[in-house]
Amino acid sequence: MKQRLVVIGAGMASGRVLEHLTEAAPDAFDITLFNAEPRGNYNRIMLSPVLSGEKTYEEIVTHDDAWYAERGVVCRFGEKVEKIDREMKVVEGENGHVPYDKLVVATGSNPFIIPLPGHGLDGVIAYRDLEDTQQMMGMGPDNKVVVIGGGLLGLEAAAGMAAHGVDVTVVHIMGHLMERQLDEAAGYLLKKSLEDKGIKIYLQANSKEILGEDGKVRALLLDDGTELPCDLLVMAVGIRPNTGLAQQAGLATGRGVHVDDQMLTSDPDVYAVGECVEHNGEVFGLVAPLYDQAKVAARALLEEDVAFTQKTLSTKLKVTGCDLFSVGDFADGPGRENIVFRDPSRGVYKRLVIEEDRLIGAVMYGDTADGSWFFGLIKDGTSIDEMRETLIFGPAYQGGDTADPLSAVAALPPEAEICGCNGVCKGDIIEAINEGANDLGAVRASTKASASCGTCTGLVEQVLQVTLGDDFQMPAAQPICGCTDLTHEDVRRLIKGQELKSQAAVWQELSWTTPNGCHVCRPAINYYLLADWPLEYQDDPQSRFVNERKHANIQKDGTFSVVPRMWGGITTPEELRAIADAADKYHVPTVKVTGGQRIDLLGVKGEDLPAIWSDLNKVGLVSGHAYSKGLRTVKTCVGTDHCRFGTQDSTGLGIKLEKTLWGSWTPHKLKLAVSGCPRNCAEATCKDIGVVCVDSGYQISIGGAAGMDVKETELLCQVSTEDEAIEVVMAVTQAYREGGKYLDRLYKWLGKVGMDWVKAEVVDDLENRAALVARFELSQSIYRKDPWAEHVKEKAQTYAPIADFTLEAAE
Amino acid sequence: MSWVDIGHIDEVPVRGARLVKTHIGCIAVFRTAEAEVFAATNSCPHKGGPLSEGIVHGQSVTCPLHNWVFDLNTGEAKGADDGRITTYTVRLEDGRILLDDSAVSRRSAA
Repeated sequence: MKQRLVVIGAGMASGRVLEHLTEAAPDAFDITLFNAEPRGNYNRIMLSPVLSGEKTYEEIVTHDDAWYAERGVVCRFGEKVEKIDREMKVVEGENGHVPYDKLVVATGSNPFIIPLPGHGLDGVIAYRDLEDTQQMMGMGPDNKVVVIGGGLLGLEAAAGMAAHGVDVTVVHIMGHLMERQLDEAAGYLLKKSLEDKGIKIYLQANSKEILGEDGKVRALLLDDGTELPCDLLVMAVGIRPNTGLAQQAGLATGRGVHVDDQMLTSDPDVYAVGECVEHNGEVFGLVAPLYDQAKVAARALLEEDVAFTQKTLSTKLKVTGCDLFSVGDFADGPGRENIVFRDPSRGVYKRLVIEEDRLIGAVMYGDTADGSWFFGLIKDGTSIDEMRETLIFGPAYQGGDTADPLSAVAALPPEAEICGCNGVCKGDIIEAINEGANDLGAVRASTKASASCGTCTGLVEQVLQVTLGDDFQMPAAQPICGCTDLTHEDVRRLIKGQELKSQAAVWQELSWTTPNGCHVCRPAINYYLLADWPLEYQDDPQSRFVNERKHANIQKDGTFSVVPRMWGGITTPEELRAIADAADKYHVPTVKVTGGQRIDLLGVKGEDLPAIWSDLNKVGLVSGHAYSKGLRTVKTCVGTDHCRFGTQDSTGLGIKLEKTLWGSWTPHKLKLAVSGCPRNCAEATCKDIGVVCVDSGYQISIGGAAGMDVKETELLCQVSTEDEAIEVVMAVTQAYREGGKYLDRLYKWLGKVGMDWVKAEVVDDLENRAALVARFELSQSIYRKDPWAEHVKEKAQTYAPIADFTLEAAE
Repeated sequence: MSWVDIGHIDEVPVRGARLVKTHIGCIAVFRTAEAEVFAATNSCPHKGGPLSEGIVHGQSVTCPLHNWVFDLNTGEAKGADDGRITTYTVRLEDGRILLDDSAVSRRSAA
């Protein structure tokens, strides 16, 4: 006869129990599922992506109505359980009694509400369920929200709302954020990147009182007297196991419902799983152990012999743009040593804590790719004696392997954990793949790997690729191209780190899969090499797109356009006459004025290029680099020379800047402008670098765009002299040249490194600024020259056919 | 088969190309490795892009206009694109590049 199973609570743990049960023994139980929330099981840890708008609620539903129906689960959703009668073995719901043979208590936890005066006001909520999430999603750019609690949940709530433009303030009682998972340095980096997202953060702040008006929250008062106005106040300060029902039923409880290793409570017919339980004195908040408990409870219900054991846990934060990872114990202590790696330019911090040749803790921020490898070393207690020196660089640097991220995954043992949420190890995934799961979706469906928080998706894909080889197409164009698995960032780092100074060295040392690259990677590598090694590396025209090889823009009919430079937009009658003569002589069909204040001759035949350049060179006109990923123009207004509003000589500064920067190569094109007053006629505030002159000096702002994206520049600094303005512009340009990803405009690079970093490097640290300027000048000693004149002199014949049989035949 | 001398291999840059003008249109002569040459029509079948201006990699060239990639051995487009360029027989003798005469003579055009 079928047994009757009643489950109280449709959360992630009990949902997993039902999955295991109905899969292993579909006919063993008649199941009734109570849930106080009016819905079934959804992936609660994905509420943060729902809040930020990256996912919809529908996407995070784990079990829909059909799922329950197929398995014959009777759902009593929206119905509270009033009592468990253990003597009669009956659960008393609001709408009637249900008898049971076996009972699973999965009542979860309640958010902890600090009993501050005013905590009962309207608009004071926790962050726990869909209703809370929806209330937060109702906030917009006109609203202010205060979040109490700088832990995982509070920060996800804050970042989610900030993504909608809400003015969010986080109040945290401790000295740094996420103090249970992060050390101070990582907490600092996290704080910085959250502040970059516009979130205000108060540390060591004690809340005193919640102030209200007409029964609704108005502000939070701190004990130093600060008043933080808000329309909504979110308390995310922790959870408490929900033991009310169990306690009332006389089950043994402490902080949570006591369970043994089989998840059995003090009653042999009642099990408990999830956040409501206490096992060996511990209560649980992260999802991984909950899933382990669910597996154990399901198998115990089927009378199998299993035991739940607690494991080391790792943490990741689900906030886009904040990559952090922490695992184990990272407190300082006697006999403990640290290995620390910092790369401020990328905002990367890694710290490993070692005790007696064993790794015991790891904190990583900014680059968490090696997290699971470190996690494995900690769990397995591996001796790190042999690899100590290169340990912090991760698995790719162990055993003399190449710097291939896949080799790191390939090197992981089968028992290495890939998905921390679901406790799925590499061996499970490989087994699933061998049974036919050949893409991410299939692996997810059969193993649950990456099906919860999703941060291990990349790793799962790498396991797929390692296992299936070419049969698996890696999604997302993360590697530079098909010639390599490395990303632009990897390659840039390795070119510098391994001092690779030729393309051949890059192909060889970084294991390119093609003999000499392709049209995607060759221009990028050529740029990285010439930017990093200006003296040692010789620019390779054959690795450049035709425009940069021929110093002219190819048009759709195969002809070219020729744009001579007009410094700061200033020209002379003599130059204009030369341009007009050239247009006549070479039958130029279209002469157009460009947006960068100069003149474009369109429709010049390829073989005429050296001749037209030579003619233009004679009056001093040089290449305008209108074709280059490099300095294009410096647009100016007339400034103090003519304008009654002008505050400085904007034209003169523009010309000086253009003469300083011209010929330099950058990751993408670089456009500047100088306006003589805040009326900004040169439109400086939508350029890559813009200077706006004011009475007291020069405001330099960067990161504008007016193309596919339109963006206003952000102020970098104000300086008082023209010389300093030029220095700052050179230093910013060099920082962008050294760090930018090929084909990222300056604003994209700025988005990655952050304005604070640029300010620190270029504005505050004068020594560093001088070093950047010096490196820029060194590079310019090679590249500040007219390529047209050079090609006329040395390469003119390459513009003509190697042989012409049409002439011969005409003889 | 008769051959016509079109120039020395050093006149073509490594991983580059030069143009040969003929009565039947322009032919691109590609050089891949130190001493390896190929010849094909200069015009991409997609939108007529000048293939001699493309980036040469391995034994392939990428059209500068829309990045179609052609295998210089067969003339076939690689990847998802569907198309073919005419290839011509070309060989090297003591550093001189020799092109199949029928490719450039007026007779073959007729």
